[in-house]
Amino acid sequence: MSEIENKEMKSNAFLVAISAVVLGLIAGAVLMALIGSNPFTGFWFLFRGGLMNIERVGNTLATATNLMLVGLSVAFAFRTGLFNIGASGQMLVGGLCATLVAHHVFLPRPLYLVVLILSGLLGGAVWGIIPGFLKAKFNVHEVVATIMMNWIAYWSVYYFVPAYLKGPSLETESASIAIEQTLRSPWLTKLFPGSYINLGFLVAIASVIIIKFILDKTTLGFELKAVGSNRFCAEYAGIRVNKNVVLSMMIAGGLAGLAGLSFYTGYSRNMQIGVLPSQGFDGIAVALLGASNPLGVLFSSLFFGVLQSGKGFMNAMTKVPPEIADTIISVIIYFTATSVLFKRLWEALFKILSRKKAVRDAKPTNNKEVK
Amino acid sequence: MWLTLTRIFPYAIAYTIPMLVTSLGGLYSERSGVTNIGLEGLMLVGYFATAITIKLTEATLGINALALGVMVGVLAGAVFSLLHAFASINLKADQIISGTAINMLASALTVYLARTISGSGNVRILMGIVRKNIPVLSRIPILGPLFFSQTYWTTWLCLLIWGLSWILLYKTSFGLRLRACGEHPSAVASAGVNVHMMRYFGVIMSGSLAGLGGSVILITYSGEFNGTVAGLGFLSLAALIFGQWKPLGILGATFFFGIATTIANVSQVIPSLNIVPPVVFKIFPYVATLLALVLFSKKSAAPKAAGDTF
Repeated sequence: MSEIENKEMKSNAFLVAISAVVLGLIAGAVLMALIGSNPFTGFWFLFRGGLMNIERVGNTLATATNLMLVGLSVAFAFRTGLFNIGASGQMLVGGLCATLVAHHVFLPRPLYLVVLILSGLLGGAVWGIIPGFLKAKFNVHEVVATIMMNWIAYWSVYYFVPAYLKGPSLETESASIAIEQTLRSPWLTKLFPGSYINLGFLVAIASVIIIKFILDKTTLGFELKAVGSNRFCAEYAGIRVNKNVVLSMMIAGGLAGLAGLSFYTGYSRNMQIGVLPSQGFDGIAVALLGASNPLGVLFSSLFFGVLQSGKGFMNAMTKVPPEIADTIISVIIYFTATSVLFKRLWEALFKILSRKKAVRDAKPTNNKEVK
Repeated sequence: MWLTLTRIFPYAIAYTIPMLVTSLGGLYSERSGVTNIGLEGLMLVGYFATAITIKLTEATLGINALALGVMVGVLAGAVFSLLHAFASINLKADQIISGTAINMLASALTVYLARTISGSGNVRILMGIVRKNIPVLSRIPILGPLFFSQTYWTTWLCLLIWGLSWILLYKTSFGLRLRACGEHPSAVASAGVNVHMMRYFGVIMSGSLAGLGGSVILITYSGEFNGTVAGLGFLSLAALIFGQWKPLGILGATFFFGIATTIANVSQVIPSLNIVPPVVFKIFPYVATLLALVLFSKKSAAPKAAGDTF
């Protein structure tokens, strides 16, 4: 019985996700039509821009890498019943730590990569653990705390980068990292010539597998999910809720820190100040669309990766501004939040369909009884 | 020191006022029981709508275009906030997610439209409000130069709205009902009040006031729509929390944050303020808000039902 219910829920989540995506695309089409562009050509160039050749596929994967890691971060916190809206700040701090390492630490490549990845992970984890601790110890709502942490990170980077990492030309960005010190790797670049793809992609895939393993196969994952579904029940069962809240925020922060690592030392090679990375918020869309499931996150980040990396090409070929991609993503978030709407719609539809089927099935038996 | 103070004070007030009205909008929404983290986006919508209106009409309407721009900004914020109201009141959506969607949609959509209308993502207006000294009052010693010199008319408008809101929320039965919707909606409903209507009112007020906040930024110190209000909406949210969801509290909090922002901005040019690094002043509001939340965690003043669906 529960298996059937489970299946129904899964198909429900899938239907909701598809409905939200379709509505998001429709909203995008309406907006394109509104400014006098043909939506079909717009979407054609948007998707071609993300997928038309091997270089663009590489860029799409590189864009998806950041989204995947942030999406995992948000999804992981969701499973413990926490809303990590602070992925942007965690990205900034993780990215800052990684940038510092990239500028100042010189080691043999394998060892260097370990240090680099750990620095991003740790930076994000520290930024995540603070709201986790405040939530566990003082019951400060994690949404408010992570928003505050975002802006603390924003202004810290704003003044730190010009003071300690200033580039030769511009005041508003850090010096570029030497290419050998980034996450770019010759064999990956050879595989997708000319693209931004980097080892962050492998880090992201590994993270998906590890997080899936933690959630599904370990006691820690079970405890985290128990806290997420009912913290009082979990507490009654002897699970230490506060410890799990802190741990969950720490891991979520670490994942967002990895996104900062892949974004600032792989996708780009420097840090711009005065920008709160929008991936931190796109990641919420990724997690929601992926139903907070690591595999769902994998696929939805690829989808958003296509949108985000194709928008430049679309803008060059048509009159449609690139912000259409961000508009579509935000409309998708809005409709996943209001998923009750389609849930009702689909349920009503299924009810009608199943009633018709029941009537059809019922008719012959009735006939038999009459006979 | 006195000279420094009189020089930075008008700036401090200019920074404070948009935050004050936006924060006041947040107060309406959260007191009625709807958490609104979309203030940043609503502010941005007002900012954009005002910029476009003034740009299109300033040639024909002259100085009156400013007032029209403010009105359109308020209206745009109100209309945009309906999205949040519909999601969180009728569809019982997660209000945090809906608010996030509002923020993202606002920042994407406004730049999308700005690019279509003006070619670039920026919209520059030609004129701003002329600063005026208030007659008589500006000659009062000490207070005169600080509060009544070089003022914008929007400042007085916003302070008036703040005062009226206080009366509406705390001295009328309507205000009592609205606040009760944020504390114990089922009790209010059993008294025959339409909780949904009350919450709609709260959210629409937050949209209009945040829209007003955005307009004020444009016509006082910014003069150009550039696609972001740089976290002022979130700062207003912080002020709402730091001010413990009370009108006088948010007045104090926004003024405090306004001074901190101003000091951070001018500390490079004014030597006597150069001792402390500006980053301290910039992160001060956020750290202060976190500390306030920790300190008041035992007896939180937050509306009890804010964020709950009804």
